[in-house]
Amino acid sequence: MTSLQNPLGTKPGSLLKSGLTLNEYRNSVLERTAKSGFYNGLEKLAFKESDPIGFERIFSKVRAGLVNAREVAKKIAASPIVEQEGELCFTLYNAIGDCVATSTGIIIHVGTMGAAIKYMIQNDWESNPGIEDGDMFTNNDCQIGNVHPCDIATIVPIFHDGILVGWVGGMTHVIDTGAVGPGSMSNGQIQRFGDGIQISCRKTGRKDVPLRDYLHESQRNVRTTKYWILDEKTRIAGAHMIRDMLLEVIEEEGAEAVETFMYEVVEDGRRGLISRIKAMCIPGKVKTVAFVDVPYTHEDVHVPSTFAKVDSIMHAPCEITVNADGTWRLDFEGCSRWGWHTYNTNPTAFTSGIWVMMTQTLVPTERINDGPRYATSFRCPKGTWTNPDDRRTAHADAWHFLVSSWSSLWRGLSRTYFGRGYLEEVNAGNSNPCNWLQGGGVNQDGEIHAVNSFETAACGTGACAVKDGLNHAAAIWNPEGDMGDIEIWELAEPLLYMGRRIKTNTGGYGKYRGGLGYETLRMVWNSTDWTMFFMGNGYMNSDWGLMGGYPSATGYRFEAHKTGLKKRIAEGKSLPLGQDRDPRDKEFEKHLEPGAIVKRDKQCITTEEMFDNGDLYLNYLRGGPGLGDPLDRELDAIQEDLNENFILEEFAQKIYGAVFTKDDVGVYTVDVEKTKARQAEIRKERIARGVPVHEWMKGERQNIIDKKASLSVQQMFASSFYLSPKFLAEFKEFWDLPDSWELPEEELGTPMYGARITMEIGDLPDVTPVVMVEE
Amino acid sequence: MSTYTKKQVADLVKGDLDWDTVHLMLSMPKDQDRYKLYMEVLNDNVDYDDKVILALGPRLNVVERTSDKEIVVKCDCGHDFGDYRKNWKLGALIYVRDSEEKMAQVYPPIMAPDTNWQVYREYYCPSCGIQHDVEAPTPWYPVMHDIQPDLKTFFEWMGMEAPAKI
Repeated sequence: MTSLQNPLGTKPGSLLKSGLTLNEYRNSVLERTAKSGFYNGLEKLAFKESDPIGFERIFSKVRAGLVNAREVAKKIAASPIVEQEGELCFTLYNAIGDCVATSTGIIIHVGTMGAAIKYMIQNDWESNPGIEDGDMFTNNDCQIGNVHPCDIATIVPIFHDGILVGWVGGMTHVIDTGAVGPGSMSNGQIQRFGDGIQISCRKTGRKDVPLRDYLHESQRNVRTTKYWILDEKTRIAGAHMIRDMLLEVIEEEGAEAVETFMYEVVEDGRRGLISRIKAMCIPGKVKTVAFVDVPYTHEDVHVPSTFAKVDSIMHAPCEITVNADGTWRLDFEGCSRWGWHTYNTNPTAFTSGIWVMMTQTLVPTERINDGPRYATSFRCPKGTWTNPDDRRTAHADAWHFLVSSWSSLWRGLSRTYFGRGYLEEVNAGNSNPCNWLQGGGVNQDGEIHAVNSFETAACGTGACAVKDGLNHAAAIWNPEGDMGDIEIWELAEPLLYMGRRIKTNTGGYGKYRGGLGYETLRMVWNSTDWTMFFMGNGYMNSDWGLMGGYPSATGYRFEAHKTGLKKRIAEGKSLPLGQDRDPRDKEFEKHLEPGAIVKRDKQCITTEEMFDNGDLYLNYLRGGPGLGDPLDRELDAIQEDLNENFILEEFAQKIYGAVFTKDDVGVYTVDVEKTKARQAEIRKERIARGVPVHEWMKGERQNIIDKKASLSVQQMFASSFYLSPKFLAEFKEFWDLPDSWELPEEELGTPMYGARITMEIGDLPDVTPVVMVEE
Repeated sequence: MSTYTKKQVADLVKGDLDWDTVHLMLSMPKDQDRYKLYMEVLNDNVDYDDKVILALGPRLNVVERTSDKEIVVKCDCGHDFGDYRKNWKLGALIYVRDSEEKMAQVYPPIMAPDTNWQVYREYYCPSCGIQHDVEAPTPWYPVMHDIQPDLKTFFEWMGMEAPAKI
């Protein structure tokens, strides 16, 4: 576009030895890949095969340099999300923006930062604003592939002898982006325009110096300026360390060898995934599905527009096809539409997050790069929540949908591992972890502040096929499993810990049970003005359980106001100390003054609510799903569950058929013979109460014909039917519905604002989106 | 390449294998013999004579029926769910937890799904009452056909002769 030519930009074609523009070169790599089936046409890995030690030497230096830079740079950050939880990563890319290698950390950004580089290439950043040695570019735009605006990327081009040889990206999860709701993953806003600061691959530094206009502007747009600037320094320091490292490697190994390596290693990664799929999976099709609730009609959800007051359900069906050649395809046909909330995502974020999980199963090596993507075909239908067709969508808490949808992929893959005997790899899924404590106001230091508790990175994991899930240990969608130290959270937040305990009865039951979650009770203290809100699942589970195991427990919220705790502390009275063992007992309420206002219900999504000093908030981190028929659980394990306070007596009896005694000091002993007898009875009871599936289907079919279901359920189906005639046809075929049966959204009476007329980012002038999935 | 004994695979299936070996299985390249040993163990563990060729669950297998060489799904108790290409769940018993009272048998009410949004569908073997699967979908959702293996390709991958009637 001539009008946008920048006389100060780089001369097109001057960045590469070949004289091609970056876009021309990238397109030529993609063409060679498509034509040959090998990345960049690399049918042979000439360097790796002729000099394997040299190849591995370069890899080791690069990988060590990336990890080292991350470990050093994170010490600059003050934000506990970065410094405690390790929510950062650094990644090296080749000249066309394909990942060569990455550090440890939140490696979802292998894909998101690569998408930003590709966007700059495809939209001719080369000529305007120009790409020069010493430049820095910043991106957090979700319509350029970012997950949510709080993930800020600093991207630095790497030049050697005046030639662009690659890029380095550094990412940190900042604690606040100045969105309508405080905290990095907030809700309340329903459009991009309330989702906080948006930086679209902007040049924010020259000659290794961040530009003052950017620093001033960005600080004014966020609440937590101190953390913002220290995070900025963290990213820049790490990126520059990696740039220096690569230039050293070039000096030691030679420019040609390093350049060859930066393409061969991607093809090597592609082959690695194929090899692993053939080694572990079963060819064929696996179908799976996930859901999560969006209960927005509740009075505690305050949004600026009435058209967002809709109860809806995220629907994420997936068909996984493992092909005979070891490649695979993940098709998300049938997903529900994007919505007026902050849980939307985009194909890059959606698929990149899947790779995070695959690093823990199908790609369990240090060699994480863009190669596996080239062995994978993703399909994210346009208009669904995985690929919105409207540029107004908000994404701040994309994780609400992402982690819920991904849980089902574990079930699908695990069926193939289980089928051929790799039981150790089986994982029944993951929870949608928590109430996700967030909020803001004026903190204990008198500063404008915002918080996002990353205790969530340590929920219960899914059961394996050879053992129980891990208790309060990890979130499998985040490789940095860590709940953080209480002392650090108390420094960062005006919230005292009244207790942090294992959450009883939260792991899904099964032969192997899901890992248990945990709960922390926080009391607001020393704040002036303070708000918090809840962000999790309550009316639905995201996970299912596997092969006869049950899903984990759903979430609930507990908050208390006008508690009188300050008075009770002064008077030495009892206090709520953090265990809501059986929520029916309402233990916390026994230690509050009369007149306390308590909210205890399943509404786990709320918007900012004011909290005074002495008010309480329960952060409940969920458990994981179980595997196998609970009646097959070892009796010793049931006894241990009782003695460790992992399960309530009532459910040990009802689910496991346990018959036990409890002695004077509270030790449980399971009676083996009586339990086996009771379990035999339960099997008979199942047969007595079960009905043949075909009989049950007749009644359910009639419910569908009569349209007997809640509005949220009908809205979900209607939106999926509208977007996917295939899903509708399969639905009608399964239930043998008359041809005339239909469920248009129009007949439901719920707001349909934005449902029919949309405008994509690609409709803007001079914008060419990067598309890396089937749509 | 790692190798393991049949005893180790049998212990893995029982859940008794020592953690060091399980960890080795996780961290090392996969052992190619696993499928063969796993099938031997599963065949040892069932009373029926049909040949197990794939596992669908802890007590549910795809087998080659001895009598006619058809490939079918079988419960450990011997209940035959029929052709492996069809969804075995359609031949099971189902119990749907679609009310607060039914959900309260599984979790305390506030920790269970709201059945206006989500139900639990438990699938039992009609002969022995084993719970082979629990689905947690919305009402109206079609019964999931979880896995449709391409056995011809699978046996090619294994370098083994495929059953005649796949």
